[in-house]
Amino acid sequence: MLQEWVILLVSFCYLGILFAIAYYGDKRADAGRSIISNPYIYTLSIAVYCTAWTFYGSVGRAATTGAGFLPIYLGPTLMAALWWFVLRKIIRIAKVHRITSIADFISSRYAKDPLIGGIVTIIAVVGILPYISLQLKAVSVSFNVLHTFQGKTHILPAADSVISNPYINTLSMWSGTALYVTLAMSVFAILFGTRHIDASERHEGMVAAVAFESVVKLVAFLVAGIFVSYYLFSGPTELIYDAVKSPELSKLMNLEALGGGYTNWFTLTFLSMMAIMFLPRQFHILVVENVNEEHVKKASWLFPLYLLAINLFVLPISFAGLLFFPDGSVDPDTFVLAVPLHTNQEFVALFVYLGGLSAATGMVIVATIALSTMVCNDLVMPVLLRIRFLQRSDLSSVLLPIRRGSILVILLLGYVFFRLIGESYALVTLGLVSFAAAAQFAPVILIGIYWKGASRRGAIAGLLAGFAVWTYTLLVPSFVKSGWIATSILESGPFGIELLGPYHLFGLNMFDPLTHSVFWSMLANVGLLVGVSLFDRQNAMERLQAAHFVDVFRHEDIDTGLWSGTTTVAELKGLVGRFIGVEQTDKAFSEYAAEHDFDVKTKALADANLVGFAERKLAGAIGSASARVMISSVVKGEEISIEGLMKILDETSQVIEYSHRLEEKSRELEKATAELRAANKRLTELDRLKDEFVSTVTHELRTPLTSVRAFSEILRDNPALPLEERQKFLDIIVKESERLTRLINQVLDLAKIESGSAEWTRECVDLNEVVEEASSSISQLFHENSIHLEEIVPEGAVFVMADRDRLIQVVINLMSNAVKFCEPGTGQVTIRLSTLPGKVRVEVVDNGPGIHPDEQERIFEKFHQLKGLRDEKPRGSGLGLTICHRIIKHHGGHIWVESKPGAGSKFIFELALAEKV
Amino acid sequence: MPEVKRRQNERLIVILIIGVIALNYPLLSLFSKVKLIFGIPVLYFYLFTVWTVFIGCVALVLEKTTSSPLIIPSPKPEKAE
Repeated sequence: MLQEWVILLVSFCYLGILFAIAYYGDKRADAGRSIISNPYIYTLSIAVYCTAWTFYGSVGRAATTGAGFLPIYLGPTLMAALWWFVLRKIIRIAKVHRITSIADFISSRYAKDPLIGGIVTIIAVVGILPYISLQLKAVSVSFNVLHTFQGKTHILPAADSVISNPYINTLSMWSGTALYVTLAMSVFAILFGTRHIDASERHEGMVAAVAFESVVKLVAFLVAGIFVSYYLFSGPTELIYDAVKSPELSKLMNLEALGGGYTNWFTLTFLSMMAIMFLPRQFHILVVENVNEEHVKKASWLFPLYLLAINLFVLPISFAGLLFFPDGSVDPDTFVLAVPLHTNQEFVALFVYLGGLSAATGMVIVATIALSTMVCNDLVMPVLLRIRFLQRSDLSSVLLPIRRGSILVILLLGYVFFRLIGESYALVTLGLVSFAAAAQFAPVILIGIYWKGASRRGAIAGLLAGFAVWTYTLLVPSFVKSGWIATSILESGPFGIELLGPYHLFGLNMFDPLTHSVFWSMLANVGLLVGVSLFDRQNAMERLQAAHFVDVFRHEDIDTGLWSGTTTVAELKGLVGRFIGVEQTDKAFSEYAAEHDFDVKTKALADANLVGFAERKLAGAIGSASARVMISSVVKGEEISIEGLMKILDETSQVIEYSHRLEEKSRELEKATAELRAANKRLTELDRLKDEFVSTVTHELRTPLTSVRAFSEILRDNPALPLEERQKFLDIIVKESERLTRLINQVLDLAKIESGSAEWTRECVDLNEVVEEASSSISQLFHENSIHLEEIVPEGAVFVMADRDRLIQVVINLMSNAVKFCEPGTGQVTIRLSTLPGKVRVEVVDNGPGIHPDEQERIFEKFHQLKGLRDEKPRGSGLGLTICHRIIKHHGGHIWVESKPGAGSKFIFELALAEKV
Repeated sequence: MPEVKRRQNERLIVILIIGVIALNYPLLSLFSKVKLIFGIPVLYFYLFTVWTVFIGCVALVLEKTTSSPLIIPSPKPEKAE
């Protein structure tokens, strides 16, 4: 029998060694020469998965269910095959976003909602309590076994009546081994995990110590296995051969002993697959403490190998235990210790005990550190930050006390759970309750990192529903077993409603309790997460975070341009300083400034990058949700700029945006092309008009020239012409010359007006007079063509400010035009002068053939000549109306034509009345 | 090398699926017998063998790509007409 003081001394020496390793690890980390930065240490630290459950519980489970202990290790082996792309993605996300815990990860994925962080933390704490109580129970039981087991003569109480165990039950609630173990572990965890606030929340010393513990527990268990197999028996095959002879033991060699059959086997595999990644401590070791993503590659097969090794001797030990204690006098959970003690090998037992102690302490340390970080960052901080007067005070000094306090509280809660409930359960059963709780995190994470549509409300609904079902179907029954709640609820359901019984919800009674609970909780969890997300609308922040997480390998430069609000550098520094300390903040900011090449002291306004940097710093200390709240308290303005959002959102929307722009461009181009085509058409038309004009002018010039020349030649060659004849010829010559002059004058006139070099006089002109003068000067033309002219003018003078001669020219042009198009004899031309408010209108109406609507628009254009009237020969230079148009325009008036083919036409112009002088 | 990476992921997923099938009902029920093979119960012999092979496959897939990167054969030069 071992003396109590020997066990205690050895225990404390062992813890001292651990502490020395942790201290050394931290020192090396501070010096920048990490001892944990290799895949082997990483693998060993992941082996924190093997707790006292593995160490003591596996043997116990093997003794009752045969192969039933194995799925817990086969699951992680299977899951490890996916690590290389699932875990690596999670690690990358966590690194980019400075994730400090699983609660932080989930809340960060869903819009950094503090509510989600809080829910996850509560689920984690409640869910892990059974697991922690398992470790406390294992350590205290192993301690008691070690110092009270008296060789072959001692009889331990039966497994199913541990509750009457004198070592536990005779002591009051607040004394006894378990309490001392609890307090010792709290001190240990506090010393380890909360020595200082680290912005990245990594504990290299702790990882080193945990890795060391993994070595110790593996070696201890292998020693126990080899001792039992080769010292007590002559090899494992011999031991198994002995076992086969017993009908009781041979049952354990097939799967008949498995409670719950193959369904239970599958459930255990599934649960352990989830647990290896989503138990808070596993997440902490795998993700938060990961130094290099590449380490995942080796760990993916080395860690399963570790599991294989630690399980090799489970069956031989449990067979040996059953052979030694066939009457059930020893709890199978303690076989690892009881067998060496039974054969009086106390030092082997002591070493085995150390292995068990390291398995338990490793789990407790990592779990409490992970949980205390979550409690501090996701439960206490959000509340503290909402208290107004605390918002401006220095919070860096309260962070550590909060964490230390939460470690103590969590362990004490674990202890209470152990005293109230844990004693009536086997180790593995307790652990599985925790596994089922951790599995509730799997959907929100796995779906969340591959499906952008998973929404915040969906996550809340899924988590709460899964947790509620878990509580009702696993936690409540454990309360029942400990006698807190009447057992009737298990048999006939609450209030006698059998359909709602916790072990057969809605009448589902084909599964064992664990499978039953996992089935319903997963159904509720995944169903609500997916269902609610499908009918939800995500806001900008949700979509942004979803894109960050799902496309983490695509967008690595995350924080640029996310904050569009403004704040000062000084304010940011003050804020960060309140959480991680002024000195560290100064250092971090000057490092950042050196890297980004600016002077912190002179720079007043913080840009988006600096705000992002400050947020990440804060997130490392107080979690991303709280960090977001704090940053938004100093940054004024919008949280996210549209540009930032556009940049981050998936490529599809960028492509859509791009194609939108392309479409717009092509529409613009089409429009421009159409305009160009129209312009080209006009130019071609103008060119054609010019050619026509030139030919017309040439023709017009040649006709009078030809006749002038012909008659001159007649006069020259025939001096004997009678006077009368001669006179007639000379008249023709004069007329033709006049025509020539007129034509040339018009061309010159227009050229002058067009070039702007014409001289204009501006005087008060009586339009009545103008019309009078024009019609008298042209009356001869009317007589010659026997066309009737009618004048309608108002009485009294109508004054306009104008160039008198030009106006006369306009009226004459219009009237002679009218004459040209009237039928001689029946022609009728009316000129009408009327006054309108503020202006005067002149109309020249004829009863000619009229003008086709197509031509009306272009009739005032240069060189344009009416076609298809009477005969094909154009009758005019094509400049008269153009000149009129230019003159009227120059006077600020309008000129237009109203006409219908066959009903004559009406040329109208309007001028402003002169202001009364 | 996204192509190589994809192939690697595909292989890992297939290994996982084979592992899940091999370690569950109904294949598992074939070995649920009280029988010894090399002095070991046949069920445990099967489970530990599958376990070892599984680990070996994962190690092979993950470690192969770093030591010997996939060599993509260069396309054959086209014949001139």
